[in-house]
Amino acid sequence: MPTITLNKTVFEKLVGKKLPLEQLKDRISMLGTDLEKIEGDEIHVEIFPNRPDMLSEAGFARAFSSFIGVKKGLRKYSIKKSNYLVIIDSSVEGIRPYTACAVVKSIQFDAEKIRQIIQIQEKLHVTYGRNRKKAAIGIYPLDKITFPVTFKADKPDRIKFWPLEAAQSMSATQIIEEHKAGKEYGHLLAGFPRYPYFIDAQQEILSMPPIINSHHTGRVTEETKGVFIECSGFDFEVLSRCLTMIATALADMGGELYSVELDYGKKKRITPNITPTTMKLDFDYINQRLGLNLTVKEIVKYLERMGYGYEKNMVLIPSYRADILHQVDLIEDIAIAYGYENFKEEIPRAGTIGQEAPLESFARKVREVLVGLRLLEVKNYHLMMKEELTVKMNSASGGIALKNAVGDYNHLRNSIIPSLLKTLAENQHQEYPLNLFEMGRVFEEGKNTETGVKEIDKLAIALCHEKVDFTEIRQVADVLISSLGLTLAVKEMTHPSFISGRVGEILVDKKKIGIIGEIHPAVLTNWKITTPVAVLELDVEKMWELVNK
Amino acid sequence: MEVLKGIIAKLHPLERKILPALSKEKELTALCASSGLDPTEATRALQWLANKQVLTIQSTATKVVVLDKNGVKYYQDGLPEKAFLKALSTNFQSLSAIASKSKLSADELTACIGLLKRKLAIEIRKDKELEIKLGPQGVKVLERPSLEELFLATQFPRSLESIQGEELLAFEELRKRKELLKIEEQKRVVVELTPLGKKLVLADLGGEVVNRLTPEMLKMGTWKQKNFRSYDVEINVPPVHGGRKHFDTEALEYIKRIWLDLGFVEMTGNYVQSAFWDLDALFVPQDHPAREMQDTFYLQGKAKLPKIWEKVKKVHEDGGNTGSKGWGYTFSKEETEQILLRTHTTVLSAQTLVGLKKENLPAKFFAVGKVFRNEALDWKHLFEFYQVEGIVVDPKANLKHLKGYLTQFYAKMGYSKVRMRPAHFPYTEPSLEVDVFHPLRKEWIELGGAGIFRPEVVIPLLGFDCPVLAWGQGMGRIITEYWKITDIRELYKNDVKQLREMKGWLR
Repeated sequence: MPTITLNKTVFEKLVGKKLPLEQLKDRISMLGTDLEKIEGDEIHVEIFPNRPDMLSEAGFARAFSSFIGVKKGLRKYSIKKSNYLVIIDSSVEGIRPYTACAVVKSIQFDAEKIRQIIQIQEKLHVTYGRNRKKAAIGIYPLDKITFPVTFKADKPDRIKFWPLEAAQSMSATQIIEEHKAGKEYGHLLAGFPRYPYFIDAQQEILSMPPIINSHHTGRVTEETKGVFIECSGFDFEVLSRCLTMIATALADMGGELYSVELDYGKKKRITPNITPTTMKLDFDYINQRLGLNLTVKEIVKYLERMGYGYEKNMVLIPSYRADILHQVDLIEDIAIAYGYENFKEEIPRAGTIGQEAPLESFARKVREVLVGLRLLEVKNYHLMMKEELTVKMNSASGGIALKNAVGDYNHLRNSIIPSLLKTLAENQHQEYPLNLFEMGRVFEEGKNTETGVKEIDKLAIALCHEKVDFTEIRQVADVLISSLGLTLAVKEMTHPSFISGRVGEILVDKKKIGIIGEIHPAVLTNWKITTPVAVLELDVEKMWELVNK
Repeated sequence: MEVLKGIIAKLHPLERKILPALSKEKELTALCASSGLDPTEATRALQWLANKQVLTIQSTATKVVVLDKNGVKYYQDGLPEKAFLKALSTNFQSLSAIASKSKLSADELTACIGLLKRKLAIEIRKDKELEIKLGPQGVKVLERPSLEELFLATQFPRSLESIQGEELLAFEELRKRKELLKIEEQKRVVVELTPLGKKLVLADLGGEVVNRLTPEMLKMGTWKQKNFRSYDVEINVPPVHGGRKHFDTEALEYIKRIWLDLGFVEMTGNYVQSAFWDLDALFVPQDHPAREMQDTFYLQGKAKLPKIWEKVKKVHEDGGNTGSKGWGYTFSKEETEQILLRTHTTVLSAQTLVGLKKENLPAKFFAVGKVFRNEALDWKHLFEFYQVEGIVVDPKANLKHLKGYLTQFYAKMGYSKVRMRPAHFPYTEPSLEVDVFHPLRKEWIELGGAGIFRPEVVIPLLGFDCPVLAWGQGMGRIITEYWKITDIRELYKNDVKQLREMKGWLR
């Protein structure tokens, strides 16, 4: 989750109130943000991904100020009309079809404000902009641009400008191949015959979104007094909201907002659009979900604490809020304003009957029998290395591969026996006998399942000491199976992991439910185990079915 | 007197056997001979008696001469030079003839020739080969026992100190010869009775004492005439190992018990799931950062989708019939068909909602199950771990109940204070983070998320809107905390010693 750094002095000025440190910490965390740390004049806060509007000093302070009751209700912003025009050429269709733009004036940038604006841009790029895929943001000093600006697309070798962080003019192809930003974000333009760019009336290229701005027009400095902002992408609503987040933050920092006319050919739009959206509330629904008896007046008060307005039975939702999809989103904000700490715990008197899952309860009983046989339960991971399942077991089949595991454990096991051998190998220095069992899941290909994988609950037992033999493991099997009221038979079979002539299938009512035998010395040697081992593995689900027959 | 009685009552049979010998002997070998015990038994008995202050043991190391390989042979067969002389006559014979008559080895022949020549017992000439006949002293040497022979006939082992005078000459001579004698360190154990011991030796040990009660004695009633030896019940005994559940299982069973007691029905299900169930059915946006490859284990192939997938698709796209705006994108079928290892047990809650009927409400479900995260193992990360999941599907459920259930649960886990903090999860609204107060460390610890399922989740799965309280809590923190484990890998290290000795879950 993204973390932002706030300058405490700037933050307090924006909030309009200074809180004692402890109270500040508590309120930040009860607003629904995670306070990471406060270091001197720096406050580090983690913002949840549903609130990109809080990814700046101004945005965070705005929410916080309402929350603590200083500047409540819907924040008003005025937008001055202007003649700024951006023409969207039809050539960007299918490539990067939309942009939303704004102009902000009368803002004197200094080092601190530049840091803030870079932070907003970066954090929004990563989160709401999904690494510039959904939205890319460009901010330009206004005085370097001559309107109207055109947003168009052209063949890469016909676009040439001096990008930021480069020594000279480059072609779009060169930028993608050689420039740092080109290498990082070039994949977003891959496959397109034409690349999008903004160009002004003087034929000066402003930028090539979502890659890089131009050196001439793309850098805000301490001389900058006004900026042109554009967001480009694929969904106009998303871009418009993203633009509002930046524009309102700049307005809170002292800027004056000016509208920009967007000429989409057939359609004209004007941004930024700060008209709040509206939503109707069902008060009973709110009280029911929260278990409260709030009056309309109280609900409105809490809504104002969260920066909403309320007019004519409608909630006014600020245009920068990206997360209000449903009434329940407002309910959460009402709950936050009410204070999560103020909800008292309550247990309803309604009676329901608890029930353990039948197979789980059966497994628990099996475990008790095994513990009675003085076996020790171990618990291994379901993920193993391929080599452990195949080479070491003298076997060709080896579980189910994962596509992208970061560690060496990249196969779902097909048997618990390798897990037990692994445990024995790691415990050879312990006091013998080492008599172990494990219950868990194994994985096979399964044609009739939703995922093509069949999961089977199994039980495996391993006995390990100098004199262990088939008889001993068979005795254990007999005790277990007879404790279930069943009788087992063993039918000889061959298996590469076992000594030939000392391995068999376990049958109950002629149904195969497992395998039993002495592990082959070659397998033991593969595991570097120097004491004989006898094992069995049983299908727990089949045992349970037989018990219920 | 009382002390003596106490000692007598607890005497082990071995101690009883050696006690009479102690009145006559002091040295271990002699004690063995006298008591009929072997040295191991005798040593144990003496050690126990020493522990009871009956005697003191002094062990000294002395140098002794013992017979080596050839020494043992010559001790029985006589020295080779005698055999050599016996094979000779007054006429010259070839060495090979002498060798076959005397049955001596080449080494022995060489040694004998040197030795007997010095004593003038043989004469040698060289023709085609070496020829030998009795010399002037031959008969005399043959008939009279040599110093070496006399020495060899004494009893071994002999202490080095005891070898003096002529024996010393013989000893020096024999030592030069191959593998005949060797000098060893011998431990000599001598005991000294304490005043208590002196009394004990004289005391009446009270006839036969019985070590074990036998079925025979019980059947025949002979136990009535027996005296049973008293044990030292205060000493430690060798360890044994019982069978046990894994300590983690003990904790999980306890956790399950709590939810069962609270009237919850257990949910189980597959580890391998489709992205549909794990994410899309829970309204996680398809471009959510958490869906990126690095957090989730993916498998090859495409999952089959259940029928309701189209409803879910609609809800993602425009909210469908849920009253929501939806995410406003085009839902990708390919994305939802991906196969993965479940990242949370909430997938089970989603599946449980399907097919639940209105008339069966309120209904409560829980799961204690494994979940998977694509991470390398380290001291605070596991790639598979347990999550505790719960849902309450109740038309009357509210946020206060959610706090109520969790407070009940954690109270039984040993944490009496529970706190809710605002949080964000794509499938719940309100969403909250659950903290419990650690009574000793005096700090809040974060245990997982909870909330009320969004209508976008509930309506497509359940078929109608209803508050569904939901939580997914990590148990690793609480379990490691209980056993004071700092490295989370210790939970599933399967160290047999740890599993055998770990204290149980005693809540």
